[in-house]
Amino acid sequence: MTIASTFAAAKADDRAVLVGCMPAGFPTVDDSIEQMIEMHRSGCDVIEVELPYSDPVMDGPVIQKASDIALANGVRTRDTLKIIEAVSSAGATVVLMTYWNPIEKYGVDAFARDLAAAGATGLITPDLIPDEAQEWLAASDKHDIDRTFLVAPSSTDARIAMTLENCRGFVYATALMGVTGARTAVSSQAPELVSRIRAVDPDLPIGVGLGVGNGAQAAEVAAFADGVIVGSALIRCVLDAPDRSTGLDRLRALSAELAEGVRGRA
Amino acid sequence: MTAPSLPDLAGHFGKYGGRFVPEALVKALDELDAAYRSAKADPEFQARFQDLLLNYAGTPSLLYRATRLSEALGAEILLKREDLNHTGAHKVRNVLGQALLAKRMGKPRVIAETGAGQHGVASATAAALLDLECVVYMGETDTERQALNVARMRMLGARVIPVTNGSRTLKDALNEALRDWVTTVDTTHYLLGTAAGPHPFPEIVRDFVGGIGVEARAQVLEMTGKLPDAVAACVGGGSNAIGIFHAFVGDEGVRLYGFEAGGDGVETGRHAASITGGTVGVLHGNRTYLLQDEDGQTVESHSISAGLDYPGVGPEHAWLHDAGRASYEPVTDAEAMAAFQLLCRTEGIIPAIESAHALAGAAKIAPRLREELGRTPTIVVNLSGRGDKDVHTAGAYFGILDKDVVS
Repeated sequence: MTIASTFAAAKADDRAVLVGCMPAGFPTVDDSIEQMIEMHRSGCDVIEVELPYSDPVMDGPVIQKASDIALANGVRTRDTLKIIEAVSSAGATVVLMTYWNPIEKYGVDAFARDLAAAGATGLITPDLIPDEAQEWLAASDKHDIDRTFLVAPSSTDARIAMTLENCRGFVYATALMGVTGARTAVSSQAPELVSRIRAVDPDLPIGVGLGVGNGAQAAEVAAFADGVIVGSALIRCVLDAPDRSTGLDRLRALSAELAEGVRGRA
Repeated sequence: MTAPSLPDLAGHFGKYGGRFVPEALVKALDELDAAYRSAKADPEFQARFQDLLLNYAGTPSLLYRATRLSEALGAEILLKREDLNHTGAHKVRNVLGQALLAKRMGKPRVIAETGAGQHGVASATAAALLDLECVVYMGETDTERQALNVARMRMLGARVIPVTNGSRTLKDALNEALRDWVTTVDTTHYLLGTAAGPHPFPEIVRDFVGGIGVEARAQVLEMTGKLPDAVAACVGGGSNAIGIFHAFVGDEGVRLYGFEAGGDGVETGRHAASITGGTVGVLHGNRTYLLQDEDGQTVESHSISAGLDYPGVGPEHAWLHDAGRASYEPVTDAEAMAAFQLLCRTEGIIPAIESAHALAGAAKIAPRLREELGRTPTIVVNLSGRGDKDVHTAGAYFGILDKDVVS
């Protein structure tokens, strides 16, 4: 499914889309594929594959640690493309999140081509703002990859409008000023940011991320957003587990809880 | 060639520089940019900055004719004595400028990253002087290697936070400072330590340290009646080099040389020479030359000099390199340490190991220039810092420490 049809289907069901994030190659390539497929089967509508990067400035300690483990185990950019292929072949809608330098090194046009061929429908770029994205705009148009840029509570209205003009698929609203990682409470800045985005573009789906860790929080965010993005809490299921099967059990259970949450719309 | 009016309004030096940052930081960078433009045009701000430089930091620093070193190298060597500034390096100029800017923006807190601790100490100094809260991020590996600088920062009232992720060195400290800033941007100014990072930092830092070159140019004209044949500086992130280069960029006859940390030798892969041994990419908010593998993952740098041990370089140097206006060459640890010893023995000056790279570079270009010009060349060398902080490293390198010396 495309991003647009995934969001449209959820909207028809009067619920939010659940986006679950997992670093490629964490802890190994095969394990990460299994985790992502289990997340998909347990209720994640979209699998957000994160390409592990040596200097992830937007990420908190959990994603940093998982990325470090993946890199230490030798994951390469080409493995990430293989992982995307395996997970999208299993029926999941896949988007990739990556810092910009690995794409620039791969070659921007070649990367867009290979990403599309692997079955990904979109790309989230945490450190690429539209102001610097000319080459990416052209390559993503050419190879039909959706573009998700970020907006933040600090974004001015003018920057929100400019960013939305350059997004396709959905926009990523960072719920709070900070890095990734589950928080005990959902940010109070998030609903306001979402309504500022809607005021500019009522149609583009809005995914809200940063801080969601359980079903109740997912329901709270689903009440005002089109998509709920969860990363660190899912990764921690695997990271903190005493053994692999426990990790997978926890991952399935949390995915199901979150999937129920996005249908709850508190 | 006239001095280029770079960067452009979006912070680009040709294809280099720019802003590769999370959207959450854009507003803060825009505000910083606006605050800087207004400060630059404000005579009161400039007067306050100049007053601190003159009466607190001890600039203008001397331009010193190093007679015995000149004899040894076969060139007229003029040393720009930034090592004599308060806190012992050129960095005091940048931190005073940025701390004043933080005050002007009404931000009560500054954060900084540091490798060896020099920028951290300078930041803590400026924060104490101007009554700002100061938090310094430092790789855990570096806090252990540079325990005395950690103590200095604490004496000055700063909080030092050891960074335990990644390679636990300067680049990880920078990542952690950026993460702090994303969260605290309303109350905090990020006092970035070199002429790199996202726009407008490369321009702001260049301008605040640009007095080095302005002073040196006037001093050399007064001392010798002409411009020098060459200006030499070491390049890590590149702030001292851009600080002395900038005033000379428009002087076509003045050759500009940046000497990068060659570590064990560029061919060994263990070095910190981003321009001569790296490739173009994006790191820490700007496009520049950097050390990366074929997947674009940052590669760890190596140098005996902690201040040059960084896998990237400021974007203006990348541009000057491509434009052919400045030449960049690597200097190995061994070459730098030989120059370190030579300066100690000929002039009674213990340089920072960073600055010793510039001296070693001057020793390399002296015979080339002599041949090319058919006379004794005049070379201005930026002696960017003093070597007190390096006594243990150098002592161990030369095997002259008595046993049980505390690091």
